[in-house]
Amino acid sequence: MFKVASTRLLVAALLAAASVLHGPQAIAAEAWTVAQLMQALGKHRNGQATFSERKYLAVLDQPVESSGELRFQAPDRLEKITLKPRPESLVLEGNNLSVTRGKKQFNVRLSDYGEVAGFIDSIRATLAGDRNTLERTYALHLAGNAERWTLTLLPRDTRMAEVVTRINIAGTRGLLREIEILQADGDRSVMEIVAMGQAR
Amino acid sequence: MTRRFVPALLLWLAFVAACIAVVSQTRFTADLSAFLPEAPTAEQRVLVEQLRDGMVSRLLLVGIEGGDAAQRAQLSRDLAGKLRADAAFGMVANGEPVHRERDHALLFTHRYVLSPAVSAERFTTTGLRQAIAESIDLLASPLGMLTKTLLPRDPTGELLQLLERLDGGARPAMQEGVWASRDGRRALLLAQTRASGSDLDGQQAAIASLRNAFAGEASKLPSGADLKLLVSGAAVFAVDSRATIESEVTRLALLSTAIIAALLLFIYRSPTALVLGLLPVVSGALAGIVAVSLGFGVMHGVTLGFGTTLIGEAVDYAIYLFVQSGPARGNEGRNAFWPTIRLGVMTSICGFGALMFSGFPGLAQLGLYSIAGLIVAALVTRYILPQLLPVGFAIRDVTPLGLRLQCVVVAAGRLRWILAGVAALSGALVFAQHDRVWNHELGALSPVPAEAQAVDAALRSDLGAPDLRYMIVVRAADADSALQRAESVSAQLQTLVDAGEIGGYESPSLYLPSQTRQLERRAALPDPRELGERLATATAGLPLPAERLAPFIDDISTARARAPLTRADLDGTSFAMAVDSLLLRQGEQWTALLPLRAPAAGAPAKEIDPAAVRRALDGAADASPMFIDMKGESGRLYASYLREAIMLSLAGVAAIVALLAVALRSPRRVVRVLLPLAAAVLTVVAGLMLSGVALTILHLVGLLLIVAVGSNYALFFDGPGGSGGPPPATLASMLFANLTTVAGFGVLAFSSVPVLQAIGGTVGPGALLALVFAAAFARTSSCPVPGTPAR
Repeated sequence: MFKVASTRLLVAALLAAASVLHGPQAIAAEAWTVAQLMQALGKHRNGQATFSERKYLAVLDQPVESSGELRFQAPDRLEKITLKPRPESLVLEGNNLSVTRGKKQFNVRLSDYGEVAGFIDSIRATLAGDRNTLERTYALHLAGNAERWTLTLLPRDTRMAEVVTRINIAGTRGLLREIEILQADGDRSVMEIVAMGQAR
Repeated sequence: MTRRFVPALLLWLAFVAACIAVVSQTRFTADLSAFLPEAPTAEQRVLVEQLRDGMVSRLLLVGIEGGDAAQRAQLSRDLAGKLRADAAFGMVANGEPVHRERDHALLFTHRYVLSPAVSAERFTTTGLRQAIAESIDLLASPLGMLTKTLLPRDPTGELLQLLERLDGGARPAMQEGVWASRDGRRALLLAQTRASGSDLDGQQAAIASLRNAFAGEASKLPSGADLKLLVSGAAVFAVDSRATIESEVTRLALLSTAIIAALLLFIYRSPTALVLGLLPVVSGALAGIVAVSLGFGVMHGVTLGFGTTLIGEAVDYAIYLFVQSGPARGNEGRNAFWPTIRLGVMTSICGFGALMFSGFPGLAQLGLYSIAGLIVAALVTRYILPQLLPVGFAIRDVTPLGLRLQCVVVAAGRLRWILAGVAALSGALVFAQHDRVWNHELGALSPVPAEAQAVDAALRSDLGAPDLRYMIVVRAADADSALQRAESVSAQLQTLVDAGEIGGYESPSLYLPSQTRQLERRAALPDPRELGERLATATAGLPLPAERLAPFIDDISTARARAPLTRADLDGTSFAMAVDSLLLRQGEQWTALLPLRAPAAGAPAKEIDPAAVRRALDGAADASPMFIDMKGESGRLYASYLREAIMLSLAGVAAIVALLAVALRSPRRVVRVLLPLAAAVLTVVAGLMLSGVALTILHLVGLLLIVAVGSNYALFFDGPGGSGGPPPATLASMLFANLTTVAGFGVLAFSSVPVLQAIGGTVGPGALLALVFAAAFARTSSCPVPGTPAR
């Protein structure tokens, strides 16, 4: 069970990060709607950013920190390259998720985990600006304005909700700044993102 | 009937009775082991045992097609449930997590005796600090989700060590919670039969109960009729092949017997003659079965199938007797042809006798069977049959036919140079292409249809089932010593994994370390008080205070008191089956198998380099590991037997030449007898090559048969007929003998069993060619004026 749960979480974190990688875009500030946000996010095909992530875990006295780079390439390739504290690369491409840590490599097929596949489809739908698909998995709440917005994703699926309570994504126009994932067990992680612009 | 022949007759009757008694006790087998050579080296023995009994032969690959994914998954679950309750099956896997909880529980409980990382150094202050810091770092990674909750009990991360090691293998895709093919059109299951590969009846029963279970479960589903079952695996191949061989042997034997009987009836025009003519064959076949039964203990169905061999040649003897001793000839005629027949029989014995020395049990049996059968058939023809002929026995007069044949022979003589040219061209082709003559693949003998092999390959690839091409084998007097040896080999294999030379390996010691190794690991665990002190120092400055690690200290102190893990502890987990299939008892010996996995990474999958593996194994020489390349080994094995059979055949040919030299006392006559045989053999080989057939060991047997049967023709043409060539009756008898041989073997050429087809396709045309060449190369004979009664 914990394996499925953690994979689900892993993919959630990863894909939430993916939405970050869209470049900045000028959009009228006044009436900032989910529709406009989707449109702004969906316009970009690739991007690159640095991240730093802190995890607050009940078992530890201090948060663990990690940092590295994120790269996205349309339609479905996402890399999370962790440089600190230990080099690790995590590549999601199509249906395959592979994690390389030291000499070891782990491969997971997303379709092995039905709920996660629904999850990934919804994130891809986000990138494509496909709001309908997204709303099948999450209840969406958008707060703030175009300059400073927060999108909250609440899992509709109860099994998913057993692991992730809420995902808060904060950003400015088509640019994401922070992803916070709140877990059902009270642990949480915060990832700060600084876009590096378009990938070559 | 003459009085002095009564003893001979009584002797024969006693012999037949004794034969029937032995035959009724004879064990017949139809499995393929006749084509698994008797292995002379230890490596090869392991290979053969592995093929017969090992896990490969017990694995059934199952696919469910049709319907939609949900229906297939439902049926997969129902079928797996049914099979798990069936005593005929050991392990049944379809992707459902039936064992996962218990597997993880077992790994977690016994992690300190199972983990390869456990050593005295790991539990020093420095070692602990390093391991704990690593575990904390891992929390930053997404993989940390896996270890987070276990951290207070397992701060050194032993469970992850174990899971990493076990999760390395390729796993099938999932659909609706069960295994599915990559294209998502089939649900997949793996089932292991309890019956071993040598227990074909048991496997047949298991396969039947699998099919029944499928039909039963499918009928319970609303649209179950749309769903189709695919079953493959070595057991299915073996069972199906046995059925095919049995049915083909029966069908073809009946068919060729019917054809030969019809031919004989047509020739003799006498049912009595037909029955009498079959006496030598039946006596010979009985003698052959008895000889094989006494010599080998069991008789292979395939050997019996080649009883057609005997029918082909032994029927000839009766034909020669009946035709050549014609109405008015009596003993005089018989005595005239007998020396020729005797020489022909001895020639055949020289040819087949060579086969008796083959390490290929199928060939050795065939050699013995033929020799015993031919001798008895010839003796019966010579001493018994004439006495059984009714007074005034006569078959139709074949002289007119014989006369016409003499003209044909003369005509053939005119074609001599053309035929010689064909033979010479064939010889040139065979010589020029001599590298391509032989097929060195064992698979060439496989009776498995290409279609079934394709289904097997598809299921195997989707299931990620091991093909077990490379494996290391260690043996010892007891299970624990075998495990220790597996451990010392594993240490070497790990260096290959680290170097990327191999993708991974399996070993029974991964699931069940030797007692020695377990006690070593247990001894590395410090006592709780000592551990507490070391932890206090080790965790200084880390975000994980020592106070939070009390569960760890508890677990260590429990582990120190726990008895080592035994095979019985694995019951109910998926490791039980893994250990049972990798650690085998064979007589007084225990064998541990360590299959290797090819490196997975890289688009053109990297092959395992046997040289690198052998080098690494030098480091574990004390375990005397054997490195086996299953595919290469079986290929080498077959190639060596093919080579052996070719050498034996050549020896047989040399014996035939020597025999003819002694009997004929004339080099010229020897050449005249051998020339048509050589021409027939070369032409057949060239013909097979031109039709794209590479020769197997069975073709070689066929070539020997051509020599055996053809030598009779050549001897008759060379025989006492003088410069005028054979008398008409002899010619007619040769034609009849040839027709029965061609019919008997021609039928085999249409068999779907490659071994039968090879023999048929070689001997059928070969016998005909031998007669044609013998006639064409014979000394000039004259063609009498039609209508003149010649004698």
